[in-house]
Amino acid sequence: MITLEKRPEPSKHWTYLTPFVAIALTMIVGGAMFGMMGVDPFEAIRTIFWDPIFNTQFASYTRPQLLVKAGPLILIAIGLSLGFKAGIWNIGAEGQYIIGAVCGAAAGLAFYPSDSIFIFPLMLIFGMLGGWIWAMIPALLKTKLGTNEILVSLMLVYVAENILATAASGFLRNPDGRGFPGSRNFKEWDAAFNADIISGTGMHWGVLAAFIAVIAAYALMTKHLLGFQIRLSGEAPRAARFAGVNPSAMILICMGLSGALAGLAGIFEVTGPAGVVNIGFNAGYGFTAIIVAFLGRLNPIGILLAGLLMALTYIGGELTQLMLAMPAAAIQLFQGMLLFFLLAADVLVNFRIRFTSSAKGAA
Amino acid sequence: MDLSSINPILLVASIMVSATPILLAAIGEMVVEKAGVLNLGVEGMMITGAVVGFAIAVNTGTPGLGFVAAACAGAVLSLTFAFLTQYLLSNQVATGLGLTLVGLGLSSLIGKPYEGIKSPTLPKLDIPILSDIPVIGPMLLSHDIMVYFSLALVAAVWAFLKYTRAGLILRAVGESADSAHALGYKVVNVRVMAIMFGGACAGLGGAYLSLVRVPQWTEGMTAGAGWIALAIVVFASWRAGRVAVGAYLFGGITVLQLNLQAAGAQVPVALLSASPYLITILVLVIISAKGAHGAPAALGRAFHASN
Repeated sequence: MITLEKRPEPSKHWTYLTPFVAIALTMIVGGAMFGMMGVDPFEAIRTIFWDPIFNTQFASYTRPQLLVKAGPLILIAIGLSLGFKAGIWNIGAEGQYIIGAVCGAAAGLAFYPSDSIFIFPLMLIFGMLGGWIWAMIPALLKTKLGTNEILVSLMLVYVAENILATAASGFLRNPDGRGFPGSRNFKEWDAAFNADIISGTGMHWGVLAAFIAVIAAYALMTKHLLGFQIRLSGEAPRAARFAGVNPSAMILICMGLSGALAGLAGIFEVTGPAGVVNIGFNAGYGFTAIIVAFLGRLNPIGILLAGLLMALTYIGGELTQLMLAMPAAAIQLFQGMLLFFLLAADVLVNFRIRFTSSAKGAA
Repeated sequence: MDLSSINPILLVASIMVSATPILLAAIGEMVVEKAGVLNLGVEGMMITGAVVGFAIAVNTGTPGLGFVAAACAGAVLSLTFAFLTQYLLSNQVATGLGLTLVGLGLSSLIGKPYEGIKSPTLPKLDIPILSDIPVIGPMLLSHDIMVYFSLALVAAVWAFLKYTRAGLILRAVGESADSAHALGYKVVNVRVMAIMFGGACAGLGGAYLSLVRVPQWTEGMTAGAGWIALAIVVFASWRAGRVAVGAYLFGGITVLQLNLQAAGAQVPVALLSASPYLITILVLVIISAKGAHGAPAALGRAFHASN
């Protein structure tokens, strides 16, 4: 008989090892799934994890995409991880991402066609503000009235999608666009274009911001009192209260930061890779970032790596559609499975597995 | 705007149809939460039920079989959640989210070949005499069987929790898992069964969407219905009767906003489309402001019989 024995404290080794266990399990089960769909599992796994970086034919195109896709994922996941550490569940990052993009774009387009160098920074500020305000709604409802932040932040995603639809076909629509929905293309407006810092690498300003966020979050969590308070509120809420940590302040800070970072990711996306504010520009990064945060163990460095890995599966997923005619949803399932296996493997962090004879177990 | 184009008899009839999927999912989730487990994967189980029910109904030509298959699919999917949270003691919030992500991916994968197909749908019951009563007949008494099944299920859950021994044990597990364990009840078994019941109900709710309400399969068709079901459980303060009231209220809002859109109301369409979500938030705010919670005391807490 197998029994679980609680460890006195979480195992350090397993904390770092379980993501790899989860990745391996996902590859095995995902491979079996691909096999059932009539695709060679080894070829599928290679197409997802190897070809985007090393294939001689198209890696020169897909390699820059790695940073383009990892940037927003890391930026959002860093914000989410702060809240998750404190036991605050903002799962509406997708909505904050959308509102950030809409607000930032609106602020910029108000000055079209100015070529001032302040346009792009202004858009970034308004993008952050938009995401911050959208996250403040569940945060304030939570602190003032005790409303469940999970449900409110998620409901606001659907509201944000409706605002996006209105913006794309209404107040942000390109006046020269012959009535088609979608804003002006920021790639054609130099003052607002989020260009590659080093051309051809996919390294745009948003990716740089993501790297800065990783370093800042690392410093915050390890060196700053606020980081300690965040950790304490998650691990021992009562102790945190006695130590003078204000739970409301924690909620406002964590939700606000994650909203602002998600909004920032949104405005970087529409001014760069996406180019226009339009229905469906949001590719679900806000939800995938939840997986990234957990896979990265809510640790900034871990999130950096997890974000790159998740970006790889996005690109690999696109390749499997092109090369192996696999449906787009397969990769979505693959990413979901990764989170599932990770949560399952986490049992090893907190528990020791003991094999005992059933007779002894009964006694 | 032409309000006279809205027929009150049809309005009430369509409210009952649009409330049923949320009601099924919410009553299932209420039982799960009564056992002290928070399963945030309702949306994922619902959409899996929707696609599996649809596929089976199309292939067999029998919608009834579709519903059975959807309930099984929801229960099987919820079993993964049960295994992770009850045996491997994973975080319930994160695991529920994972379940939703898995369900969304799985459903669009299964559903790809079924896009744009029409399914056989449930026949409307045509009860002699009763269905012919003017006004009340077409309004309340000539729906398909699942509408009445969902209401009967609410009554059954209410009676089960209030009057049966098993219901009492389930509530004890949800209020204090440790005490229930000390009394010799199998906490984990009770919770696993509750989770599977919730999964089956969510599956049925999803199948009702794809087989009766729409009736078609489109990717992401639940559009947050599972999350609204979760909100309704909070709104209902974990009481079966109020779950039904909540679901019908939301059914009403959904139908009313669709009718207003059709009637050409002078309100932006986006605002009307967003109204079910906005009203969900509003309701959550009002409930939390009132402070009358009634949540099971052990809700969301993992249980491990460590000595």
